[in-house]
Amino acid sequence: MRAPAASDIAAGEVLLSVEDVTLSFGGVVALRDVSFDIKKGEIRAIIGPNGAGKTSMLNVINGFYQPQKGSISFKGETRTKMRPYDAADGGIARTFQNVALFKGMSALDNILAGRTLKMKRGWFWQMLRIGPALTEEIEHRKRVEEIIDFLEIQAIRKVPVARLPYGLQKRVELGRALAMEPDLLLLDEPMAGMNLEEKEDMSRFIIDVNDHYGTTIALIEHDMGVVMDLSDRVVVLDHGVKIADATPDEVKKDQAVIDAYLGVAH
Amino acid sequence: MASRVSADADTFPKLLVRNARAFGERPAMRHKDLGIWQTWTWAQVLDEARAYAAGLHRLGVRRSDTVAIVGGNRPRLYWSVTAAQMLGAVPVPVYADAVADELAYVLAHADVRFAAVEDQEQVDKILSVSDRLPKLEKLVYDEPKGLRDYDHANLRAIDDVIADGRKALAEDGKLASWLDAEIAAGKGSDVSIILYTSGTTGQSKGVVLSAERCIAAAMDTVAFDRLNERDEALSYLPMAWVGDHYLNYAQQFVAAFCTACTETRDTAMADLREIGPTFFFAPPRIFEQMLTRVMIRMEDAGVLKRAMFRYFIGVARRYGEAILNGQPVPFAGRLLYALGLLLVYGPLKNVLGLSKVRVAYTAGEAIGPDLFSFYRSLGLNLKQLYGQTEAFLYVTAQPDGQIYADTVGPAMPNVDIRIADNGEVLFKSPGMFVSYFKDDLKTGETMTPDGYVKTGDAGFFDAKTGHLKIIDRAKDVGKLRDGTLFPPKYIENKLKFYPNIREAVAYGDGRDFVAVMINIDLTAVGSWAERNNVVYGSYQELAGHPLVYDMIAKNIEETNRSLAEDPVTAGAQVKRFLILHKELDADDGEVTRTQKVRRGFVAERYAPLIAALYDGSAEADISTEVTFEDGRKGSISARVKVRDVATVPVKPAMGKAA
Repeated sequence: MRAPAASDIAAGEVLLSVEDVTLSFGGVVALRDVSFDIKKGEIRAIIGPNGAGKTSMLNVINGFYQPQKGSISFKGETRTKMRPYDAADGGIARTFQNVALFKGMSALDNILAGRTLKMKRGWFWQMLRIGPALTEEIEHRKRVEEIIDFLEIQAIRKVPVARLPYGLQKRVELGRALAMEPDLLLLDEPMAGMNLEEKEDMSRFIIDVNDHYGTTIALIEHDMGVVMDLSDRVVVLDHGVKIADATPDEVKKDQAVIDAYLGVAH
Repeated sequence: MASRVSADADTFPKLLVRNARAFGERPAMRHKDLGIWQTWTWAQVLDEARAYAAGLHRLGVRRSDTVAIVGGNRPRLYWSVTAAQMLGAVPVPVYADAVADELAYVLAHADVRFAAVEDQEQVDKILSVSDRLPKLEKLVYDEPKGLRDYDHANLRAIDDVIADGRKALAEDGKLASWLDAEIAAGKGSDVSIILYTSGTTGQSKGVVLSAERCIAAAMDTVAFDRLNERDEALSYLPMAWVGDHYLNYAQQFVAAFCTACTETRDTAMADLREIGPTFFFAPPRIFEQMLTRVMIRMEDAGVLKRAMFRYFIGVARRYGEAILNGQPVPFAGRLLYALGLLLVYGPLKNVLGLSKVRVAYTAGEAIGPDLFSFYRSLGLNLKQLYGQTEAFLYVTAQPDGQIYADTVGPAMPNVDIRIADNGEVLFKSPGMFVSYFKDDLKTGETMTPDGYVKTGDAGFFDAKTGHLKIIDRAKDVGKLRDGTLFPPKYIENKLKFYPNIREAVAYGDGRDFVAVMINIDLTAVGSWAERNNVVYGSYQELAGHPLVYDMIAKNIEETNRSLAEDPVTAGAQVKRFLILHKELDADDGEVTRTQKVRRGFVAERYAPLIAALYDGSAEADISTEVTFEDGRKGSISARVKVRDVATVPVKPAMGKAA
């Protein structure tokens, strides 16, 4: 069963809300009573020092981790338990902190893989590659080509991704997430390890995705300049606890945030 | 001279009308969009260009206005050229990778009122300097991505302009006949285009070319290489460069062949393979990159393939060129070559996209004799030409079958060449320029009183073949302190023939000896490092590696041996060298947009390094400012080592020349 379409929700209204989520691994508490929301059409940043629980938060949102306490509402549906497959089918796509592509496959095939959940014909039809299966494949390929054009990666269309530089691999990964036509896109450190020029390119693509496709984006990022430029609102986590939730300008001035980043004597 | 061009085909719009009538259903233009090649016939191109011209007219473009064209090779930008010419306006293509400052200079100097640009990047660049362009009124763009939220008061999508023009033409019969009259009113003596030179020496100049001269020049070369409507070319070199305008526009319109635009700037090599052009032009560095790529991949191939490749490349080296030139070759040689063609040369040319090439040219700088004969031995009809923007490209070209690696061929038909007393090459040609735009002083300096154009290159006619040989820029040929001849480019080119050396800059004029600064080739040296387990973290680190220094020193020693063979150049052997810590970059002004080194500027910028080359020190510190692509500045500092190299002792001259 598919979740209700995101188009029912107007821009600016809450698309996803996290309520009192607590996640622990044995004795280690990764998240403690964290609540915040993501509004449709915005770019939401999640920041915090190392080990603050940012990636755990993303993993909870897309159902990879099950929180011990609390709930998540996505498109008006509240749930406590979900599998990643359901999240993906429901319109949540993500990229990973360490690139997770199919290394031996071309950029084109990797992005095409993002269309898997949109394929209506079974594997048998696809193997025959005739009639409706062919029509469908052409339609999917067209969507993928639009994404390739959008991300300006025509030159690497047929190159196995293992041979690509890191910055381009990240871009292919973004392409694969976009191929799912998600309502909510989760980006886990999209600019980690990039040089200045690659960072600028990636920033431009994130803004363009948000602008052009109207995709809601939640991103984790360490580069404060990027976070301040890109995001509409920022959540700050420290040791699994939310310590601030405001606009970038306000967060910059927040004493608790400054202390968390610079460290204070206890 | 101009009388050869008939009055009903003396402008490019008139040629387009002719082609649409004569070859209406034949392909004229291709472009890969969303992964699929789209094709327009000559009739469709005429239709698009007419609609576009009508739309531009409605935007306010008038006769003799200038229209800047900034972007990659895209059909709509080529149609911008034609549409402007239909209205009697003058297109001014500008290098797409020019930084905002250079762009502002050209647009202001050319008084442009309109600009047709590729995408958001170019729109942003122009908007950022709009206060320096008071005459600029409207911008039209091809690619709408990212531009949706811009203020569209003076900004339009080219698609909208074409649609608007098409609607107006359909509704208003008078507009259609007005446009026909406007096309017919164009004269051969009208300014057809203004091409700005890349500016090897100082600020770039606007070279004014007239329609009839452009067409006359193209007619000569189309006949020379027997090009026709069944030929196909790939457009991937900058539109603002004379070569692209000549090969892919002037020749295309005259011969009515099909031009394919690459998908993006980075896909040229893949597109080349898919299109398989019959006419191909590439500067030597592209041929070099192709060969480097082949060689690197051969290193990774299996033993059998590698052995086969080596053996048959050897066969090609022995017989290939002779077969191509129609010279006698023993039967066994022909047989082996045929086998090689089947097993190696054919598949190799196919991979490179050169299978169908009938005529290929290279120019712009000297090509390495080895590189040149490598391609020729594979059966590729690669030839050299010599020319410049002021000549509308061609001055000389090598005819089929008379190819010598070190000459650029005899004068083209209808071209007259004279060597001045100081060795400078002068010419008079069908395509020669009218003047420099708004610069009569420079025009006067470049033209001789009897109407020849000074090329600024020193050269002579080879006694044996009668072909022209170019040595260097006339003003660059210098002398060492002891009076020995010092041709810097000659030495640099010899060095650049080594795959490890991407760029070399030689100094010696007025000095005691010759010294060079080297840029290593990251692809070649990087691959060598990988094979030899040399670890490096950056270009700078690799460039400073002692083993890299050893390797380059060996290359220079070989160069010295070759320089020593000729008594004229024996004194100009390289005594000291260093490897630069960064690549010379057009954004920093160190090389021109066509990748020619600005020797004087580099010397100023790296003054401490030059000093170290000549004062005998073993290393020197240098800190330089670098400009990023978006115009911001940063700085790089490094400690660069200087090395001595062995030279071949010069034998004292055997008695004085009589």
